[in-house]
Amino acid sequence: MLRTILRQVGKYRTRALLTPMWTTLEVIVEMLIPYVTAFIIDRGIYGGEVGAIARYGTLMIALASLGLLFGYLAARFAAYSSTGLAANLRGAMYRNIQRFSFSDIDKFSAAGLVTRMTTDVSSVQNAFQMLLRTTFRAPLNLISSLVMCFVINASLSVIFLIAMVILMTFLTILITRAAKLFRQILLKVDAVNSTVRENVDAIRVVKAFASESGEISKFDKAALSLYTLNIRAEGLMALNHPVMNLVLNGAIIALSWYGAHFIVEGSLTTGQLTSLFSYITTTLGSMMMLSMIFVQLTQSIASAERIAAVITEEPDMFDPEDPVSEVPDGRVDFNHVSFAYGESSDNALSDIDLHIAAGETIGIIGGTGSGKSSLVSLIPRLYDATEGSVEVGGIDVRRYSMKALRSKVAMVLQKNTLFSGTILDNLRWGDENATREQCIEACKAASADEFISAFPEGYDTVIAEGGSNVSGGQRQRICIARALLKKPKVLILDDSTSAVDTATDARIRETFRTIFPGVTKIIVSQRILSIKDADRILVLEGGKVSGFDSHQRLLETSDVYREIYNLQTSGGEGDFDEKGGGV
Amino acid sequence: MKKTGTVARLFAYIFKHYRIRLGIVALCILVSALTSLATSLFTRTLIDDYITPMLSGPQVQGLFAGVGVGPDYGPLAMALVRLAAIILVGVVAAYTYNLIMIFVAQGTMKGLRTEGFARMEKLPLSWFDSHSHGDIMSVYTNDIDTLRQVIGNSAPRLLQSIVTIVATFVSMIVMNIPLTLLSIGIAALMFVVTRKLGGISRKYFTERQRNLARVNGFIEEMVSGQRVVKVYCHEERAMEQFSSLNEDLRASVYNANRISNAIMPINGNIGNFGYVMLAIVGGALAIGGVSAWWACGLNGSALTVGTLVAFLTLHRNFTRPVSQISNEINSIVMASAGTDRYYGMLDAEPEEDEGKVILEKGSGEKWDWVSPDGSRTPLEGLVSLKDVDFGYVKEKQVLYDITLTAYPGQQIAFVGGTGAGKTTIMSLLNRFYEISDGTITYDSIDIKDISKNSLRRGLGIVLQETKLFSGTVMENIRYGRPDASDEECIAAAKLVYADTFIRKLPKGYDTVISPGEGNLSQGECQLISIARTAVADPPVLILDEATSSIDTRTERMIQKGMDSLMKGRTSFVIAHRLSTVQNADYIAVLDHGRIIERGKHDELLAMKGRYYELFTGNQITS
Repeated sequence: MLRTILRQVGKYRTRALLTPMWTTLEVIVEMLIPYVTAFIIDRGIYGGEVGAIARYGTLMIALASLGLLFGYLAARFAAYSSTGLAANLRGAMYRNIQRFSFSDIDKFSAAGLVTRMTTDVSSVQNAFQMLLRTTFRAPLNLISSLVMCFVINASLSVIFLIAMVILMTFLTILITRAAKLFRQILLKVDAVNSTVRENVDAIRVVKAFASESGEISKFDKAALSLYTLNIRAEGLMALNHPVMNLVLNGAIIALSWYGAHFIVEGSLTTGQLTSLFSYITTTLGSMMMLSMIFVQLTQSIASAERIAAVITEEPDMFDPEDPVSEVPDGRVDFNHVSFAYGESSDNALSDIDLHIAAGETIGIIGGTGSGKSSLVSLIPRLYDATEGSVEVGGIDVRRYSMKALRSKVAMVLQKNTLFSGTILDNLRWGDENATREQCIEACKAASADEFISAFPEGYDTVIAEGGSNVSGGQRQRICIARALLKKPKVLILDDSTSAVDTATDARIRETFRTIFPGVTKIIVSQRILSIKDADRILVLEGGKVSGFDSHQRLLETSDVYREIYNLQTSGGEGDFDEKGGGV
Repeated sequence: MKKTGTVARLFAYIFKHYRIRLGIVALCILVSALTSLATSLFTRTLIDDYITPMLSGPQVQGLFAGVGVGPDYGPLAMALVRLAAIILVGVVAAYTYNLIMIFVAQGTMKGLRTEGFARMEKLPLSWFDSHSHGDIMSVYTNDIDTLRQVIGNSAPRLLQSIVTIVATFVSMIVMNIPLTLLSIGIAALMFVVTRKLGGISRKYFTERQRNLARVNGFIEEMVSGQRVVKVYCHEERAMEQFSSLNEDLRASVYNANRISNAIMPINGNIGNFGYVMLAIVGGALAIGGVSAWWACGLNGSALTVGTLVAFLTLHRNFTRPVSQISNEINSIVMASAGTDRYYGMLDAEPEEDEGKVILEKGSGEKWDWVSPDGSRTPLEGLVSLKDVDFGYVKEKQVLYDITLTAYPGQQIAFVGGTGAGKTTIMSLLNRFYEISDGTITYDSIDIKDISKNSLRRGLGIVLQETKLFSGTVMENIRYGRPDASDEECIAAAKLVYADTFIRKLPKGYDTVISPGEGNLSQGECQLISIARTAVADPPVLILDEATSSIDTRTERMIQKGMDSLMKGRTSFVIAHRLSTVQNADYIAVLDHGRIIERGKHDELLAMKGRYYELFTGNQITS
């Protein structure tokens, strides 16, 4: 997992590796400064020699300048490589997501992917920067302080060692305990946030039922348990400071006592004692830093794992070697196809055997869960069949390059998405190089031109995020036009006119028949009216073919079809006006 | 100055709630700062008063004077015990204020969260319409969390730094005036440098926030629309766009971090320069034995070697908090974006609710209106709109002169194309939005005089877009009336034909609905939402018939459910089905915000107007 993350440092590696070097140099300089200070005090001040002060002072200024330089470089390099890592991680995830098949996206969920690319990346970025700047610094500080202490006076340094061992033990215990609490806190934070999210999303329901006070008390409860946990965790962490202070000040007292003895005996100078004090302060600082690093690292490890999972996910669908790059015609064949969404789930489709000629218009109808959407998703190879094979133009879809297949099999999804940008930008998703005229022509075919032209900005109207400024029916028609611009050989409408009024729906179908006679049209719908005139109608029931014939014949032979037909035409369920309740 | 305004307001809030505790905190900080000053001065005392005298020979005094064979460690031991006591006091003080600050910070956070949420729940829908969900969420996820940093860390550190600086300054000026001035000069330099760098990096931080928002927006849009990206083979172009946004973000984060990272080493080394300068100047003064008044301390004595060593330590104590203060000021200024947003939400105008008339269940399970004077009138269900005008924004009116009366038990259907204003009228009845002109009355009481909760209880609504909450099916039905028993919930489900499918679920009524997981179909969710309204047993109903694609059988169940719910209640229906309009007592045909035709189904057909066009589908709508 860590290797996956670290590999993404990529071209920022040199600077990442140089950062600890600068830090090391900075630490060395920092360590030397108290040593020089000792000379200034002993030789200069106590020795009464202004010359010595000037000499060692110059040395110290030189060292300080070096320290400044190294410190600045370390800061700069750390910022450079950690932000670089973050950019690479985002890029790597995004790139891999582009390779994801539909089932991979299902696995992670769109919302999950977004969090990984944002929150988790910043968490790792911060941890990495700290790792570069301070993880090296803290142990280095510790070790070099120790070394300097031993240089000054070996026997006094034993005090340091004892203090450090005590502190390390204490920190380890503290951090393991705290880490557990912090994990619980993250879960509670999720709970609080999801209450907020739900309320923001469903504010109309909350207000309609006048249940604001109930929601507030629900939120209070979640906030209170977060509060309690936070108090416990931070209360625990608050022990860190006093314990550390006690131990290190204990060390200072011991140092003073024995130091005094050594000075009297003549094996230590007062200047050296001052330096020892200064080293002990450095030690305190680095121990504090170490403990903070551990806490933050434990928190970011979870994020790193989530990122690595996205980067290393192997897409379950590949282009074949030596792929076919041309779809000959719009023939579609299902050869005894079975399909399940996951290994453990039940078959969504079983033993489907269908043969559709180029240019045919096929209607598909069936209840929720009958497998309509699953069936059509297999044609542009959004999913792979579990058993049997799907062929387009007489060639197995798995033999095409995905790009070739999908550019000739246009599918308008049930869940339509428009992207922010103008209507024209959105249309050109179908064909990057489409002229304005071609776009308008496609919109006319999809009965979208009339309302688009009525917009003040026409085709340059900017679509808001999620397409919220056009109605459901309008959105569907733009999506159909976008699909038409691909000049497909197979056109699949997966319940794509549900929000379009029946008259417009009829006109769109009529246009299709006259303008695109050679294109195979597959129309999935809940509405009998939308598919009634199709050449053949496929009735699906529980993932199996229950009938496949013309409207008239199905009325005679299929009970399921007859039942749907009667329900919808007995005056009870007919659609009335344009669907898609706008404002 | 508006920015610092909200930060000041946050601090005022904390002072208001934690006055006494903050007093204790301030006291403890003072004690802790003084003890740390005492400890740092100990070095000088140790060397000057204990070690140096011992060096000059055996000095055993008193009874054993002249008898001693070595230096007397007694005074040193005593001093160390005193030091230990001081340290202990300091540690206890520090621990105490840290603990209290945890309570203060966490308590404030909890207070901010709950007060923010409570206010949010009371905000009008227009506020939710004008703020993106992501923005609202980030108040809770980012902004409040940033505030914790300020309250829990920055504020106490700032306070402690100030105390340390003042205390150190006093000791320094007592020891020596010129050295103190020099030290102040160095500290001022550090302060200026930090603020300058902070200013530059703030500029980059703003840029970073902007780029971050852009990348997040792009990811959000593209990843959610990933299926479309794939169907259109748009992967490569999406990648290109992403790469350039990603690079912009990287560059601005780098610039921001590069500068803020550099503040610490720069300050640390300015401190080192200062140290050397002090040593040189001080050394010259001490060794040269300059005793002019300007070279002395406030205590009037000239600089000694021991004092100089102590002064050098003090200098470090003095400069460290200076750079800390400037750092904390930088982070507080940056946090002000968070406080701005938080208080922006807290200051938004809540829904108006001056209504005094309330709704109560009277005798025999019937609803009664209760006036402020205590008089009760039974609810009948007469709803009337008179000359109602409305616009979501002032400049754009969407409804014109809507006049309509629904008599008790009547079923009113609204028809019309997209954007005709059907849903808008519904949102006015229960005061989701305030009308700009005209009146709406419920049993002849102006709805503005009815308390909002009562009004909404008196108007059941089934929204077109079904929103269920995470929890069990039973909990979701009970949402309609929190005190309903299990039996009542099941009865409501049976009434609207939802019982059958619920019983078929793996755990029946205890099946947990998880948002986004989609373990229920859209139609099933809709049935539950109808049951939810049924359990509330509202006297007047507002129904927005579903338009989403639901298979025919489920749709029929929903239709039956809605029909049985409407029985005997005044109902408003946004109609999409023939049966609904055919059975309606009254149909209002809306077009561009006006009622253009009204009457019964047959009458309207006979008019051969807009309704006829809609019905026969000869004319394209919208």
